[in-house]
Amino acid sequence: MSYIPHTEVEREQMLSAIGVTTIEDLFEAVPASNRFPRLDLPDPMSEMEVAAEMQAMAEANEHASDFALFRGAGAYHHFIPSAVNHILLRGEFYTAYTPYQPEMSQGTLQATFEYQSMMCALTGMDAANASHYDGATSLAEAVTMALEVKRHKRNKIILSHSINPQYRAVVRTYRQNSDLEIVGDEGTASVDDLLEMLDDNTAMFAVSYPNFFGQIEDLRQVAERVHAAGALFVVVTNPMALGLFKSPGELGADIVVGEGQSAGISLSYGGPYIGFFATRDKYVRKIAGRIIGETVDMDGKRAFVMTLRPREQDIRREKATSNICTNQGLMALSAAVYLSLMGKHGMRKVAELNYHKAHYAANQIDALDGYSVDQSKPFFNEFVVKCPRPVQEINDALIEQGIIGGYDLGQDYAHLQDHMLVCVTEMNSRDEIDMLVNVLREVE
Amino acid sequence: MSGLEPLIYELSVPGRIAVNLPDCDVPESDLPTDLIRDEVELPEVSELQAVRHFVKLSQFNHAIDKGFYPLGSCTMKYNPKINEDMARLPGFANLHPGTDPEGAQGALALMYNLQNWLAEVSGFAGVSLVPAAGAQGEFAGILMIRKYHLDRGDEQRTKILVPNSAHGTNPATVTMAGMDVIELPSDDDGNVDLAALREACAGENASTIAGMMITVPSTLGLFERHIQEVIDTVHKAGGLMYMDGANMNALMGIVKPGELGFDVMHYNLHKTFSTPHGGGGPGSGAVGVAERLLDFMPGPVVQIVEEGNDDEAPLYGLVEPSKTIGRLKAFWGNFGMHIRAYAYIRVYGGTGLNEVSRHAVLNANYVRAKLADTYKVPYNRYCGHEFVIEARFKDADIHALDISKRLMDYGIHPPTNYFPLIVPEALLIEPTETEDKATLDEFIHAMKQIAKEIQDDPDMLHSAPHTTPVSRLDEVRAAKQLVLCCAPVLKGVEQ
Repeated sequence: MSYIPHTEVEREQMLSAIGVTTIEDLFEAVPASNRFPRLDLPDPMSEMEVAAEMQAMAEANEHASDFALFRGAGAYHHFIPSAVNHILLRGEFYTAYTPYQPEMSQGTLQATFEYQSMMCALTGMDAANASHYDGATSLAEAVTMALEVKRHKRNKIILSHSINPQYRAVVRTYRQNSDLEIVGDEGTASVDDLLEMLDDNTAMFAVSYPNFFGQIEDLRQVAERVHAAGALFVVVTNPMALGLFKSPGELGADIVVGEGQSAGISLSYGGPYIGFFATRDKYVRKIAGRIIGETVDMDGKRAFVMTLRPREQDIRREKATSNICTNQGLMALSAAVYLSLMGKHGMRKVAELNYHKAHYAANQIDALDGYSVDQSKPFFNEFVVKCPRPVQEINDALIEQGIIGGYDLGQDYAHLQDHMLVCVTEMNSRDEIDMLVNVLREVE
Repeated sequence: MSGLEPLIYELSVPGRIAVNLPDCDVPESDLPTDLIRDEVELPEVSELQAVRHFVKLSQFNHAIDKGFYPLGSCTMKYNPKINEDMARLPGFANLHPGTDPEGAQGALALMYNLQNWLAEVSGFAGVSLVPAAGAQGEFAGILMIRKYHLDRGDEQRTKILVPNSAHGTNPATVTMAGMDVIELPSDDDGNVDLAALREACAGENASTIAGMMITVPSTLGLFERHIQEVIDTVHKAGGLMYMDGANMNALMGIVKPGELGFDVMHYNLHKTFSTPHGGGGPGSGAVGVAERLLDFMPGPVVQIVEEGNDDEAPLYGLVEPSKTIGRLKAFWGNFGMHIRAYAYIRVYGGTGLNEVSRHAVLNANYVRAKLADTYKVPYNRYCGHEFVIEARFKDADIHALDISKRLMDYGIHPPTNYFPLIVPEALLIEPTETEDKATLDEFIHAMKQIAKEIQDDPDMLHSAPHTTPVSRLDEVRAAKQLVLCCAPVLKGVEQ
């Protein structure tokens, strides 16, 4: 049945080779009183029926193929060249596992090595790992690494409130049984205010670039101050923005982490995405998770292999700094194929499209009565709109017109009630933007 | 240095472009020039170059779609193709995670059903789909156990018992959660050493025990004979029981961990429920919990927030459990994997999932029975979905690694080697239920041939594999002369 190939005859032959008469006999070690419970699940269905049911479920959603989408806030609707999906659907890639046996896994290994290289290029770092689960967990892992680098002699980290609120929540979840002091993110401290919090107990200083509000803050003076205090400078970023803006490496970052979804990964209601993690050479041996390195085989042929393995949980066990093993391998392939196809010119161009369209939309909205856009700092493809009415009311009006409006910042920031975070990407045509502006005008 | 295939950067030609993007249809704004970077050091290739490059790379991989992959503890079963199609439906693939719940009812209904089905399979009161992988599910479980004790004022319960046969993730998880590991020995039959367990839970020790992590069937592939006593002993000491669900493929419709008394467990959707392994992920590590941990689950979970009736479907919403351990990742879990697991469970239904486990166990026992006269099977009794052999031979300088490498020449991916740690020269073999008898017979034949080769020509094994795209690698060099990214990028950094 379904994906089980056995015939009755084969089953009998196998049972007889084992020396039992029924499959049930193989379970004698299972406590008899609990053995063979009934599973109260729906009846089996044919592939045809499953597909029909699931298509109906999919179509019950308001998705970006049917709606004009102006929501980002950590997940972005971007163009993905067709070739990306075709490569992802190669069974040789997606039905393999972690490349424990390099002789049979050179495809995954080399593609991941190329992913690492491209993430280094974008971030301006020396080394990247093979991935974390998402942007949030890569930040949590950066905290662990910073504490390790400082040999746990420093016990405070500074987080900007303009880092994605979900990422900051994940850092707190990860550290809940430690006495780590987390400061900086519970008010509205500016980068300058945060720098004032540096002291000789600070292990790391983290900001987002662009930040959660889409702004590109000037970080050129930050690294010097952070390093003078002996802390690590961590930048949370987004590969799409790095097609256009100075790399965090150029700005003096020590660790660069973030969500790689905008590099060729579909929205998929929040996952699977990919957390990237890149750092300087000197910290490479403190990175958690898998890292692919170059070497040679017995014949001197270039080849790739998982390296620095003794850091990892399966070898170091309770002394490992992270328990990660399975990561987001296929998503790293996705990013590698996407970045190869977009290339040097495509990444710049798509980032510029995002920038120009977002600015066009911001200018139009800012000109509306009752709305104002915070343009005090440069921004990339998201911006904050002060609205004349609660964001939910505006979004209810927008959805009637086939538009998914911006993110309601009031749910995370008390001082930003009636503020909407609007995202505009290369996927939004001028017509869509004009339509958004028109509906906003009407709900004023 | 030449390799199998040039690096994508080595294929790059200045000025070459693969993707045409539309012209900008809005007036352009000024760029903040002092914040703009120089060129990004990315490749410049054509679409065909990129496609050929990655297709060639794919051909250097072994994969389930190509051949047998009996990698123990990883459940390398067939990944049904319909799963991939369902995950790519525009209504799922293009659904923004920040969509108002009213606009995501299809996705939420899917998650709600999957939560309930997983809970039913394992006999738990509730399930959270949030954890991104098994290891994160473990982390969630241990945080829940800790928070449960703290909530009761039991602050001194910081110790987690872990058998020495455990996956490395178990002890690493305990440390990551800020707690302490107490390692337990195994007895001669591969079970937890009950005397050691009782001692660890005796007297004053009891009040420090937060819980225990155990894999069922064990990492040796064996059903723990004293599982009920283990659970009762830990519960009596006031600890909670965590089950590592990596081996759930042996248990569906066989026994429900929740009914045995487990308090929390993670599922590996990429093992038991056929979501693909993706060359190392994405996984998906849902956690199931007993009643007393419901309020502590990682959120959000999907609940019905407005009951439906005959005419209207219920309204689903995302809800944070009242005492949640907190957020484990952004958004709601690896939803793309939930879709695939949903399709899989829908195809099989309850009776079908039971057949999955029965046949997984049948296949493992068949291979075990056939190999037992050639290889040492250290715990030679009925196994679960996998079993371990000791790759040691008298008078032959042969290691598990040599046999692993030689198997590649037969077109077979090696079993997991050197795990579990308590078996010397371990090879952990998990055939899964989707392999037919002929494939198993080919594997058995290959293993017996290799046993002969060990006697006749051991050097041939030492230099194996002979037919793979590359031969054995210089792993020492990889770790000593670290090269973690390719040349043009490195040069870019140096400038």
